[in-house]
Amino acid sequence: MYKYDSYDQQMVDTRVAEFRDQVRRRLSGELTEEQFRPLRLQNGLYLQLHAYMLRVAVPYGTLNSAQMTVLGDIADKYDRGYGHFTTRQNIQYNWIKLEDTPDILADLAKVEMHAIQTSGNCIRNISSDQYAGAAADEVVDPRPYAELLRQWSSFHPEFLTLPRKFKIAVIASETDRAAMRLHDIGIKMVRNPAGEIGAQFYAGGGMGRTPMIGPMIREFVPLDQLITYSEACLRVYNRYGRRDNKYKARIKILVHELGKDEYTRQVEEEFAHLLGQGIEPPLAELERIKQYFVDPAFEAGASDELDLSDPDFRLWVERNTHAHKQAGYVIANVSLKPVGGIPGDASADQIRLMAQLAKDYSFDELRVTHAQNIVFPHVKKADLYTLWKALDEAGLGIANLDTLGDIIACPGLDYCSLANARSIPVAQKISERFGSAEKQAEIGELKLKISGCINACGHHHAGHIGILGVDKKGVENYQLLLGGCEGADTSLGKITGPGFDENGIVDAVEKATEVYLSNKQDGERFLDTYRRIGMDPFKEAIYG
Amino acid sequence: MKILTGNDLKTGAVTWWTGVGWSLDVNDAADVGEDGAKIIAREEGVQNVFAAYVIDGEKTAAKDGWTVRPAHIKDRIRALGPTVRPDLTLKPSDPEAVNWVI
Repeated sequence: MYKYDSYDQQMVDTRVAEFRDQVRRRLSGELTEEQFRPLRLQNGLYLQLHAYMLRVAVPYGTLNSAQMTVLGDIADKYDRGYGHFTTRQNIQYNWIKLEDTPDILADLAKVEMHAIQTSGNCIRNISSDQYAGAAADEVVDPRPYAELLRQWSSFHPEFLTLPRKFKIAVIASETDRAAMRLHDIGIKMVRNPAGEIGAQFYAGGGMGRTPMIGPMIREFVPLDQLITYSEACLRVYNRYGRRDNKYKARIKILVHELGKDEYTRQVEEEFAHLLGQGIEPPLAELERIKQYFVDPAFEAGASDELDLSDPDFRLWVERNTHAHKQAGYVIANVSLKPVGGIPGDASADQIRLMAQLAKDYSFDELRVTHAQNIVFPHVKKADLYTLWKALDEAGLGIANLDTLGDIIACPGLDYCSLANARSIPVAQKISERFGSAEKQAEIGELKLKISGCINACGHHHAGHIGILGVDKKGVENYQLLLGGCEGADTSLGKITGPGFDENGIVDAVEKATEVYLSNKQDGERFLDTYRRIGMDPFKEAIYG
Repeated sequence: MKILTGNDLKTGAVTWWTGVGWSLDVNDAADVGEDGAKIIAREEGVQNVFAAYVIDGEKTAAKDGWTVRPAHIKDRIRALGPTVRPDLTLKPSDPEAVNWVI
């Protein structure tokens, strides 16, 4: 894992001191809310429906045990005993007091964390593949490149007041586990025919009110031009992105209106100009960063044997683990989606337990996933049963990854001041109806995602089944979408028809699964069947 | 009726204008009539609250006095707390509290 150097630490410590003084001035009345608001947002402090909310950055979703422990401690010391893991691989606290915020940021800084650029029209926390450095199918570990981009984008003076927020994802495998093409810029690390590693660029993707799948704008950018090309992409957006209408201000609108070819032409022109400006960091810096991401000391010859005689453990292994690149090891997913629970929430005790278990069984590493779960990336198979037992005793041993129980849901109207409808109660009802192991085994992989408003923090456009909550004359109403996907074959869901109330949407989901089960062919997932038979049979069943 | 809500500067907690001060309980909310903007300007000026705004509400008789209910569901959830965590609402022991929101 990356370790801060003296520059990183000084930047974060200086920001804590600066914000401490800003908070003091706000509380004393020297600063008005109008003056203070942009300052608090630059430090991840929002005002939500019930209180201040603090969003803490987890760079590319990677954490060590000490960091995870502090996240649990903050939940206890300053909040109400829990945290919420988000679809941006971050964590949010819902009940923060303004006067405590400088101390929280100081606690975070001690473990090389912060809340900088988790809000505002800047480059946000860079996301990545939660299996980075562990998956067997990756070309290279994407995290050093994500880290290089993090350093470039942190406090970048030119990009702190962009037309709108800007999200970047970096992956390095064909299996896109980070919704890369639904980001403002998606970067896929690839190997060219000559065997060299480089970056494939996609631009103009996004969800929200105008969902777009980002087109590829360059097949291969050499590693010694990665930052320069990124800068060119941002410069064209910063220059021509719309500032007159916040709903049309994201890069996806610019790319769409200019057309991919014209946007790309302008980026290439700017890129050619920038190549002579010497802004690219030396490759030695990338090499320095890479040293922090070398493989942990895997045990050579570790056994691949697993005792699966415990049926609950067997189910969890089948559902929640993923192949590791190293023989004798496995990637373990902790679902934060208990039946009837709140997706992404974890108690302070659960957070600290996961921290300790990562220290004991996963080389001190954890990952936060955009699906609001936690990953132990490097678990020796010989330790897997012990790990699962400890998780299960704490309510974290649920075997439902990528099933109807593993729902992505934004905080919705229960917490969010932007939301139009509640998301969590719908997720709870669906997970209860489809909570049995038998039901989930019968239906198999089905990714369901719920957003409480058009901003799409719950990724509803990318759900095999998506649900969008809307306000219909003061009453919550839920639209159903089918056919979205965030993977290598990214697609956007289509609305089935008129919306439903809270119970009606749960019934509609059930009818959709019945259509799937009665039409599926061998080996087909819900999404495959939908793509083969189309929308009509589903509409017929749902609306009669 | 028109009622006035805002957030406490230090804690961010949702507060309601009672006519003489601020309360965490929406049932204490006073009808501000046309005076909302004037009260907001005065109260924000002395740093008690921020992000204040006027909403529609209704006052109805209840068995133990009066109850004030914001007109829109968003403000009712603001008044109570998250419906999915009754333990964190202002009425953790009232099983009917969530029904009041919906």
